[in-house]
Amino acid sequence: MGECREVWVFIEHQDGRIADVSLELLTKARELADRLQGAVAALLLGHGVAELAEIAIHHGADVVFVADHPELTPYRTLPYARVAIELVREYKPYILLLGATPVGRDLAPRIASACWAGLTADCTALQIGDVQRSGETYTELLYQIRPAFGGNVIATIVNPEMHPQMATVREGVMQLGAPDPTRSGEVLTVEPQFEEGDLALQVVDRSLRLPTCDLKGASVIVAGGAGVGSKENFGLIYDLAEVLGGEVAASRAAVDAGFVSHEHQVGQTGTTVRPRLYVACGISGAVQHRAGMDQSSKIIAINSDPNAPIFQIAHYKIVGDLNEVIPAMIDALRGSPE
Amino acid sequence: MAYNCVVLAKQVPDTANISGKAMKEDGTVNRAALAAIVNPEDLNALEMALQVKERHGGNVTVLTMGPPRAAEILREALYRGADRVILLTDRKTAGSDTLATSYVLKCAVEKIGDYDLIFCGRQAIDGDTAQVGPQVAEKLGLPQITYAESILSLDGREITVRRAFPLGSETVKCRLPCLLTVVSSANQPRPASARRTLAYKLAAIPQEYPALLARWPEFETEEALDLFLGERGLRISVWNGADAGVDYDRVGLGGSPTKVLNVNYVVLGASESKEVDATKEGVAALIDELVKDYTL
Repeated sequence: MGECREVWVFIEHQDGRIADVSLELLTKARELADRLQGAVAALLLGHGVAELAEIAIHHGADVVFVADHPELTPYRTLPYARVAIELVREYKPYILLLGATPVGRDLAPRIASACWAGLTADCTALQIGDVQRSGETYTELLYQIRPAFGGNVIATIVNPEMHPQMATVREGVMQLGAPDPTRSGEVLTVEPQFEEGDLALQVVDRSLRLPTCDLKGASVIVAGGAGVGSKENFGLIYDLAEVLGGEVAASRAAVDAGFVSHEHQVGQTGTTVRPRLYVACGISGAVQHRAGMDQSSKIIAINSDPNAPIFQIAHYKIVGDLNEVIPAMIDALRGSPE
Repeated sequence: MAYNCVVLAKQVPDTANISGKAMKEDGTVNRAALAAIVNPEDLNALEMALQVKERHGGNVTVLTMGPPRAAEILREALYRGADRVILLTDRKTAGSDTLATSYVLKCAVEKIGDYDLIFCGRQAIDGDTAQVGPQVAEKLGLPQITYAESILSLDGREITVRRAFPLGSETVKCRLPCLLTVVSSANQPRPASARRTLAYKLAAIPQEYPALLARWPEFETEEALDLFLGERGLRISVWNGADAGVDYDRVGLGGSPTKVLNVNYVVLGASESKEVDATKEGVAALIDELVKDYTL
């Protein structure tokens, strides 16, 4: 103790742009580091990425570790893990945050496993707090807060002894702060050394597409759950979204049932949204779903079960059959003098 | 050439559809109302392994870590085509987080020894962490292919796999041995075969013998039953941590870096909540209100 406690953020980037989730984590890391009177460091790995370091600094980083190497593009688990693990072992950060993206979820457990560090996936909040355990007091640990075990609970996880304290967070969960172009920071260049085994895997082909729906930016969202009943009937959700000029979303149950693609999923393992209006149709409201939408300004819930948990956070409760209520809403909207 | 496959599977509560009925009055989940099932993506992993075996030869070993009850999912695996199943059960591993779990599984996989490919489900539905597969790969020093959807080719000591992400895909080539985590879109897991179900329905672990004896009193003693099952290949291998060479300091609650500090039952107040009649008039009044307050 007594040394500077560092909060690290792994920076993801694509096509020369830092991912929103990484910038959101830098904003959060800045807040945590200020509370700890520590520093924020960004891990920037890739090839031809050095110029992104400044963006990371503007978003809160004090230090950017830049590893620029041809073997670091595109992303591959082992070369990235090699660089990250060696940096973690050398500098011993106090906290390490990654986006809960396909890359972050591939890399984070690898680092945690190598460093025997605790890792909590899909956190919905991160705070600093003290912990008393078996007679010991641990000051200023990272509270890793997430809905737990398919249930109606929010668990706070801590890693008292084995550091770094690692967590992944989904895009959109943390607020993205405005960049400060006057901030300055230090860039540390890392020269990666790879072993033959690190290059055991080659990327043959890669095609990433842009999302076809923009839930994060939507101001009106109409979401359907298992109660919609079928893929065909999900057309009702599309119809209402169209009349409202909103996006279509779904609960995990509806996605798992194949009514719509995962891109539309709202919740802890989907997208987190904060629209002006959220219409939940046939969604029971498990805590994982609510974690992704309970910041909506207005929530309308339609469910035939008067005890559905979704009603606990709804501003407007409609107990009834969505097959009747949604068409009535569409009629009322078409008739309204907008 | 033939490939030896190990599948890591987990028994989970069926959390996929938590409805109002599975909620207790205090707002918590009624676990007793949820069935215990094979983690769904672990079935996709098993199916991928079985297809490798059918195409190239070799064998499929399914390993699970859990309480004695987890023997249920090992029978499921036998019904679907696994050659060998192993239950790692040990009270001292209870409370292990993903890191400690990955250490136990790594020890068990090393004891199994002769493997070319390890398959896991991408993630388990009770925690959704997707951590254990990569953590095991790291501890075994293996390359990993997460989000695996399809094996495009398997030739000598090289595998080509398509990975599927929510937004796109990637094809990678990797040397063996390696570990794959398999997504649900990979395949349609085969159902239990009737023939194999008949053949393996008696497969059991010693902890289940008292219940079996109650149903088949003709065996009289557990030893007689054990002999009968052993002769027919129906004795499910049970290992404890020591059998797998586990250092007990690294497992269980004590060996897990993550600790649950507290658990809060979410009781959300219905502040400013309005009931709207599910009638044309009720809905029309609601829309009118939303237009007037500029929500719409």
